[in-house]
Amino acid sequence: MSEIKGQDLPLLKVKDLHVYYGAIHAVKGISLEVHEGEIVTLIGANGAGKSTTLNTIAGLLKPRQGSIVLGGVPVDGTGASKMVFKGLSLCPEGRRIFQHMTVRENLEMGAYSRPNEEIEASLEDVFRRFPRLKEREKQIGGTLSGGEQQMLAMARALMSKPKLMMLDEPSMGLAPILVDQIFDIIQELHESGVTILLVEQNAQMALSVADRAYVLETGRIAMSGDASELLQNDDVQKAYLGN
Amino acid sequence: MIFLDNLINGLSLGSIYAIIALGYTMVYGIAKMLNFAHGDVIMVGAYIAFCGLQYWGIPPVFAFLLAMVVCTLLGITIEGLAYRPLRQATSLAVLITAIGMSYLLQNIALMIWGANPKSFPTTFINGASLHLGKINISSATLITILVSIVIMVLLTLFTSKTKLGKAMRCVSEDRGAAELMGINVNRTISLTFAIGSALAAIAGILLCSSYPILQPTTGSMPGIKAFTAAVFGGIGSIPGAMLGGVLLGIIEIFGKAYISTELGDAIVFAVLIIVLLFKPAGLLGKPMREKV
Repeated sequence: MSEIKGQDLPLLKVKDLHVYYGAIHAVKGISLEVHEGEIVTLIGANGAGKSTTLNTIAGLLKPRQGSIVLGGVPVDGTGASKMVFKGLSLCPEGRRIFQHMTVRENLEMGAYSRPNEEIEASLEDVFRRFPRLKEREKQIGGTLSGGEQQMLAMARALMSKPKLMMLDEPSMGLAPILVDQIFDIIQELHESGVTILLVEQNAQMALSVADRAYVLETGRIAMSGDASELLQNDDVQKAYLGN
Repeated sequence: MIFLDNLINGLSLGSIYAIIALGYTMVYGIAKMLNFAHGDVIMVGAYIAFCGLQYWGIPPVFAFLLAMVVCTLLGITIEGLAYRPLRQATSLAVLITAIGMSYLLQNIALMIWGANPKSFPTTFINGASLHLGKINISSATLITILVSIVIMVLLTLFTSKTKLGKAMRCVSEDRGAAELMGINVNRTISLTFAIGSALAAIAGILLCSSYPILQPTTGSMPGIKAFTAAVFGGIGSIPGAMLGGVLLGIIEIFGKAYISTELGDAIVFAVLIIVLLFKPAGLLGKPMREKV
């Protein structure tokens, strides 16, 4: 799959995106691309505009300016509930699983955009990737541990069979051992061909799984390039990796 | 035997409260608003059924269906015209709008049907009564209890088994996450108002079959009490509304029978206050904490 990388039309192309919260200019002209089969990560400090960018791509926020093109089709202004039908799913910050529903129901809702007869096969696929969720199938979401809830949120986002899966801070609030586990899963998803746009505060982990990265600072892209090169970059090391 | 009679009357009244409370609690759960016009939808439903039976001479079943259809459309219209534009507004603005909508409906009813109470025809329902030993159960009571059981079963099946019902639960829990699943939130809220208002029509007919005085304010007190029942059971919870409604009906009838007829309503609200002191989320309300 690596030979197609960067050569054909990008799967996601965001150009000159501006987003405001009232009078606050949170995202100031971000442009980025994600190609099929890639993991691209957005890293940066708190308040740099990472989640805002992701939420805007997902349609939860409306951009003031700029374009978002998914698979050659402009999707800005589509609205969040229609984005998943266009092949984009977001695993939101803070997991946001349905706490009062069972694991299975959560997963079924993840496939809301798909015909009923395809759901069973997707469930099997997801349970193969996340055996822990299979064990907890009938348990109520809110009773799962934090790590399991994160797995459920990721599995739910996969249930729509997205062309592009966006993950917002999947390691947030998890114990270090669970963080490793979550990143192993991201790596596995990548290897099985899922295209991923990952937002993370844990820059070290994010850069080590990603192909390419964008570094955000106060709403702008400060640096971008190969993840492995950024991992070695002095400025990045000082600012985000604490070396 | 008087005890059993009272219990059955309480169950019957409580079933009506439960049906109304379902409308309150579903709308609260999904739209996060208190629809104080809900009680007045009951009144409209009762008037439509009344007109159908009394003036237009349509068979009872069709009169009831007509009342349900009119209320469903009314509910969707109220939501679309009055509440939807306020989706991003403060909850206080929505609350005031709902109270305004309640007065609007009452005054429209006053214009159309006048202030004089109408006597709701009950002959269709009060055919026979059931005798069990010394207990006498009127057919109105029997039908009320049966209808409410059927409604509860159907609604439980709807929310737990169907895709639309599950989508409603998702919106009720987390509107943003529901949107990410591809659920159309506005349409789901409309559907909730539609179901709640159809139930209100049924409640209106059942209410007037047992207490056959119909006037523009008929829906207010039962509406407030059913709201109390919804809070009592845990607002937002469907089983909570059912339990709260039934308990409230029983408490009201027993309070009137054994303590004081005048204080019947006061007792109902006193019980609510006591329950909320000990269980602020209501009997079946469940606050969930974030796991880390």
